[in-house]
Amino acid sequence: MKIRITDRDHITGLRSLAANIMSLAAGLLAISLIFLLNKVNPIFAISEIFSGSFGSMYGFKETITKAIPLILIGSGLTLAFRAKFWNIGAEGQLLMGAVFSSWIGLNIGPHLPSYLIVPLMFLAGFIGGALWGIIPAILKIRYSINEVICTLMLNYICAEFLTMLIVGPWKGKTRFGFPGTDNLPESAILGLIPGSRIHYATLILALVSAVILTILIYKTRFGYEARVVGENPDAGKYAGIDFLKTSMILMAISGGLAGFAGVGEMAGIHKYLGYPASLSSGYGFTAIIVAWLAKLNPLYAIFSGIFFAGILVGGDAIQISLGLPAATVEIVNGTLLVFLIMGDYFLKHKVTIQFSKQTQGAS
Amino acid sequence: MKKIQRLEMVDISKSFHGIPANKNINLHVESGEVLGLLGENGAGKTTLMNILYGLYQPDSGDIRINGKNIRIHNPLESISHGIGMVHQHFMLVQNHSVIENIALGYKDTPFFFPKVSIRKKVEAFSKEFNFSIDFEKKIWQLSAGEQQRVEIIKALLNGADVLILDEPTSVLTPQEIAELFSILEAMKKNGHMIIFISHKLDEITQICDRVTVLKKGEIVGHADTSDTDKKALARMMVGRDVIFNINKEKIERGKKVLTVDRVNILGDKGNMAVKDISFSLYRNEIFGIAGVAGNGQRELAETITGIREAESGEILISDKDITNKSPRHIYDEGVSHVPEERIRFGIAPGLHLYDNAILKQHHLDKFSKRMFIRYPRVKDHAKALVKDFKVAAHTINTEIKNLSGGNIQKLILGRETSDQPALLVASHPTYGLDVGATEYLRKQLLDLRRQGSAILLFSEDLEEIFELCDRVAVIFDGEFTGILDADDPRLCDIGMLMAGTKRIDIQDTP
Repeated sequence: MKIRITDRDHITGLRSLAANIMSLAAGLLAISLIFLLNKVNPIFAISEIFSGSFGSMYGFKETITKAIPLILIGSGLTLAFRAKFWNIGAEGQLLMGAVFSSWIGLNIGPHLPSYLIVPLMFLAGFIGGALWGIIPAILKIRYSINEVICTLMLNYICAEFLTMLIVGPWKGKTRFGFPGTDNLPESAILGLIPGSRIHYATLILALVSAVILTILIYKTRFGYEARVVGENPDAGKYAGIDFLKTSMILMAISGGLAGFAGVGEMAGIHKYLGYPASLSSGYGFTAIIVAWLAKLNPLYAIFSGIFFAGILVGGDAIQISLGLPAATVEIVNGTLLVFLIMGDYFLKHKVTIQFSKQTQGAS
Repeated sequence: MKKIQRLEMVDISKSFHGIPANKNINLHVESGEVLGLLGENGAGKTTLMNILYGLYQPDSGDIRINGKNIRIHNPLESISHGIGMVHQHFMLVQNHSVIENIALGYKDTPFFFPKVSIRKKVEAFSKEFNFSIDFEKKIWQLSAGEQQRVEIIKALLNGADVLILDEPTSVLTPQEIAELFSILEAMKKNGHMIIFISHKLDEITQICDRVTVLKKGEIVGHADTSDTDKKALARMMVGRDVIFNINKEKIERGKKVLTVDRVNILGDKGNMAVKDISFSLYRNEIFGIAGVAGNGQRELAETITGIREAESGEILISDKDITNKSPRHIYDEGVSHVPEERIRFGIAPGLHLYDNAILKQHHLDKFSKRMFIRYPRVKDHAKALVKDFKVAAHTINTEIKNLSGGNIQKLILGRETSDQPALLVASHPTYGLDVGATEYLRKQLLDLRRQGSAILLFSEDLEEIFELCDRVAVIFDGEFTGILDADDPRLCDIGMLMAGTKRIDIQDTP
């Protein structure tokens, strides 16, 4: 038996879509096995996930709430991943955005009206995330330090830094000794769509960002350079592209969008700066899958963001209704990512299996 | 007693995608003999040896050991037959010690304590053939010559009676070459056979008993080294006495465009790849740099176009200093570049044809306005290139990797010449292309010359050099062994110049 793997020449949009749907289906099948091992009816569990997230108005509103950070971060990651800059540090960039914006909100917020303080906080959040994103860009290009390890480790540094702030200098007087800053002043809290937790300013920002990023990637010089660098760094060098500049800009954007997400979570949901784990439930990591399912197209990240937000919400629902452990959602997400990546491989390569009776020559 | 007394390759043919790499090759080697395999790059030497080593299967023909036909499907089988190969690029684990590397490739290495059990054997070999190596050192701490010895020990330990050495001296210092030769002499006395691939005449005549000369996949001659001379071998390798064919029109050269003044460039391995090279190039002139690949051509081309930095020296374009400026700056001064490895440098494979049509030019005003790329213009430009340069692509929206090598090259040449560059640096522009595409590209280069560009042409193909160039420099080991007008009769010694056995005093007219 011989297995031959060849490159596929033409990849149509339809085929790409089919590959995605099939990978998701295969992934869900694998997840079913895990449910079975836990003695849970998989069909019931999976339908429970999706009815929990899309089946009711309450669930759908929650899904949109969680889709906001996923769309923001996911669309930013499409840009970084296109340039083959593997940014695994969106979680830290999100937290840094929250840190920067909470400082603005707490210190300047009381003196300014809402229409001034909110934009200021978003600006600060963007800068925080961008700075945290630029560090690995410089380290990678200047000192050839692997960006996967670097961005990953910076997550922990940022989480510990934030923890230090909220148990130390920034600890609020109104918290009765518990860690966390005071609540933001009223003017610095993001408005919600009534009857939901959807902070609409961030939602609009997420949708606009996805559109702008699409234009950036496909229509501008910078997007062109990022794509060339990602496709073939040697050609990038040949074409005279400044790697340091390109990487810094794209990581500033990718990190900055994660910073926006941090502002949204902090000022829209929690209203103060608390523990890292409560500020973000792993959005920075889930967004990697969002970007991947979007085929690295920021516009599609809107839809894949909503899809994975649904799984997060539905996962919470089945934890309660079926008594499954909290790690269930992570298993579902991880499994889907593995299958999406595999699907991508089979989309780009053709595998032929030959059964032949070729005998070994005399030796 | 050696397992192999006589090894033969009979009527071996092999082609890749319809392009023959080896045609009806017959050769044999006997115990205690060193066979030289001489030829330019692309002559088919390495393909032939890869067939013997089991990396490729021949399309037809037989391999015989002691008169018996065998088939070799993979390198493991080849090793078990007693054939070993030392590649041009060493296959060693850099962070492991010498002894660990040897244990790694050894067939009888035990699972536990591998180093202890083979150390004795290695030391015995080492004494017999006079290898001087510290077995505890890590590979990265060794010089190229020492690494090569590790490879040889590996092969011998696996019972290689036939040792294939692919360009073994290309990375060695003269001292190391002498050491290698003394090892080879010892092996020869021991009854081993050695197949020595090289394009350097001096070495072939020094170490080999017999020599087989390959050209374009065919054997063009056999000789005993004792009754031939370098000149005859060079002639065989190059294929003929040089023919001066001047069907290109005579054009007076114009103003000076490029000045290269005493430039030194480091290679990837930290060696000095280009040594003190100086020359100038004028409008309406094609200046050829002939030589076997790996003698500094790539480094020189990369430095002129800004991809690599020069250690010292000066490069001027029309009296403006461009030494170690960025590729974009140099492009803007009018220097285009058709790179050597077109797939590796020349294109972004997953992007559209039209995206690739402006690589390096996307920053120019005609293709971008403020921060936006003007895609309608880009597409028009791509369409024009496809039409003018006869690129076979059904749409400009296709990903460029779907095009054939020849069509990619046409697009690159079109792209690089569309702006009427002051200087075009073209590295092996027709390498691997079919006859039609080759003729077409050469014609384009001559057109460009007529229109007033200066062209710096790197090529291994002497036919191309003579067909196109006004002046020819020959490069060997990072130095020019001669700069001559294309009609200089002394060029009939070009084979000797390329092999570094002869030098003609350089007089580059200022």
